Amino acid sequence: MGNSMTEQTQTPETQSAPSSQEDKPDIIRVEQMHKWYGDFHVLKDLNLTVKQGERIVICGPSGSGKSTFIRCINRLEEHQQGKIIVDDVELTDDVRHIDTVRREVGMVFQHFNLFPHLTVLENCCLSPIWVRKIPRKEAEATAMEYLERVKIPDQANKYPGQLSGGQQQRVAIARALCMKPKIMLFDEPTSALDPEMIKEVLDVMIELAGSGMTMLCVTHEMGFAKTVADRVIFMDGGEIVEEAPPHEFFSHPKEPRTQKFLQQILQH
Amino acid sequence: MAESTMKPPKKAFHPIAWMREHLFSTWYNSLLTVLVGYLLVTSVGPLVSWVFLDANFRGSEPSDCTGAGACWLFVSQRLNFFIYGFYPDELQWRVDVMFILLAVAFVPQFIERFPGRKWLGLFGITGLPVIGYFLIPGGLFGLETVESTKWGGLMLTLILAYIGILASLPIGILLALGRRSDMPIIRGLCVVFIEVWRAVPLITVLFMASVMLPLFLPEGMNFEKLLRALIGITLWQSAYMAEVIRGGLQAIPRGQYEAADALGLGYWKKMGLIILPQALKLVIPGIVNTFIALFKDTTLVLIIGLFDVLGTVQSTVTDPAWQNVAVEGYVFVAFCFWVFCFGISRYSQNLERKLDTGHKT
Repeated sequence: MGNSMTEQTQTPETQSAPSSQEDKPDIIRVEQMHKWYGDFHVLKDLNLTVKQGERIVICGPSGSGKSTFIRCINRLEEHQQGKIIVDDVELTDDVRHIDTVRREVGMVFQHFNLFPHLTVLENCCLSPIWVRKIPRKEAEATAMEYLERVKIPDQANKYPGQLSGGQQQRVAIARALCMKPKIMLFDEPTSALDPEMIKEVLDVMIELAGSGMTMLCVTHEMGFAKTVADRVIFMDGGEIVEEAPPHEFFSHPKEPRTQKFLQQILQH
Repeated sequence: MAESTMKPPKKAFHPIAWMREHLFSTWYNSLLTVLVGYLLVTSVGPLVSWVFLDANFRGSEPSDCTGAGACWLFVSQRLNFFIYGFYPDELQWRVDVMFILLAVAFVPQFIERFPGRKWLGLFGITGLPVIGYFLIPGGLFGLETVESTKWGGLMLTLILAYIGILASLPIGILLALGRRSDMPIIRGLCVVFIEVWRAVPLITVLFMASVMLPLFLPEGMNFEKLLRALIGITLWQSAYMAEVIRGGLQAIPRGQYEAADALGLGYWKKMGLIILPQALKLVIPGIVNTFIALFKDTTLVLIIGLFDVLGTVQSTVTDPAWQNVAVEGYVFVAFCFWVFCFGISRYSQNLERKLDTGHKT
């Protein structure tokens, strides 16, 4: 577990990540971060450095703290020890810092969390208009652009309740992108979807990965991890157990816990 | 997905079949139908003849009331008092203007396609009270002053209910948000406020406002009884409103708060744009229930010597010139209250239907 960081920097690029990231600046730095729920130690001494444009998949058994971890990165959860620095801003109790970070970090949730009382277009425009202070016309144009990109421009004036799960999740992705974030966090984006809708969401995410977006993705979609990830992080019991490029992670997992996990999920 | 071209089978309406299905499906259903039918015939018939057929509408003197029916002459003769209280006759146009503006602002709310409906509604909750504030008491712009002790009747009922409703909603929202705040001092203050006001009967509040409050106020600082009653009603009502709204806030899933947070919306934007619109929509039935309760509770101002519509009627039914007109008077009061409360209720149902976006989070 301890030497995973050094290993990662030495490995060659995967075939899906042709650009070199060695020279890119760090956009997220997590240093010796701990978190407790009451007395329960959920996250233990997490260290992670993410370079701009990197795609990282975080996997692990349920209860391993992976969701909690990425939710700390935009301060939906508070950490009690250690440092989290996002785009040169350290996350502290300072509300202004939190707001700055949240403007630059988009998030996609397992249960979409679209605003049911607003139309798809209004969902997408809300934050650009009220937080970024972009004129409505311009915000709507941007929103339509992103809705086009997630392939549902025709649903713009419907309410979320009228869409299927897959469509809702694509709207949620578009909504996050409308803020033009530098980082996208995905918290199990396909776990609540019916099987036939998973692909349409993954396709959007793959397309997004291709555009150079920095992505942190908690998912069990190992196919997705193999295609787009620069690094796969395996968490268990609140720790980062193993960290490796996908080809290495899937073919030669080092840690016994990783091997056991991969066996369980790749069996079928 | 292939479009289905099949239509659902048309259901023809046959009265006999309908009755058989809905009224006489089983022996006990048939029995109930006959029983209820009998009760309706025996009660509605006499009621209709008392209210309309045998009633007296013409004339002006108590002696004009003959027959077994209602004596509406009493109501029509005293209508001016029931509506305006002691408001001077020659100045009643000011109240009439307010009645008309009230109708102009709110009647279109029931007509779906009325042009500019939204703006009229907005005027109803902003411009209307401002105009009323200057017009009814007078004293400015060359308008003769009419002291609030002269206000009464339906006009007073509407003033109390309207301002109580209008002011208690925003205060209630703030209290509800405060009670769910992370800041302990604000939360504590809101909890104390709500629990104290809610635990006190309105009669006590009104008594306090009219009798006790002046004792505590410094010498010379004395404001009108009506205003004190209004403040009491509003604060008391806000405590109830706060709890209704808190119910709505609690029903909003955590994911909505998180999504708003993740998009960088600050506290007030998050509440104003995301949480409150959904929470208020959820509790419309509860809010309207509270409004209607308030509307009827305004009658309690009688005990501090203000004459609302019930008070004016009550004070005239004992007039020796008119014998046995109490029932007519109270039926009139009941009808007034029913019209307004039923209107509020219908409007809220419209609103609920309109705001339903077919999605339950």
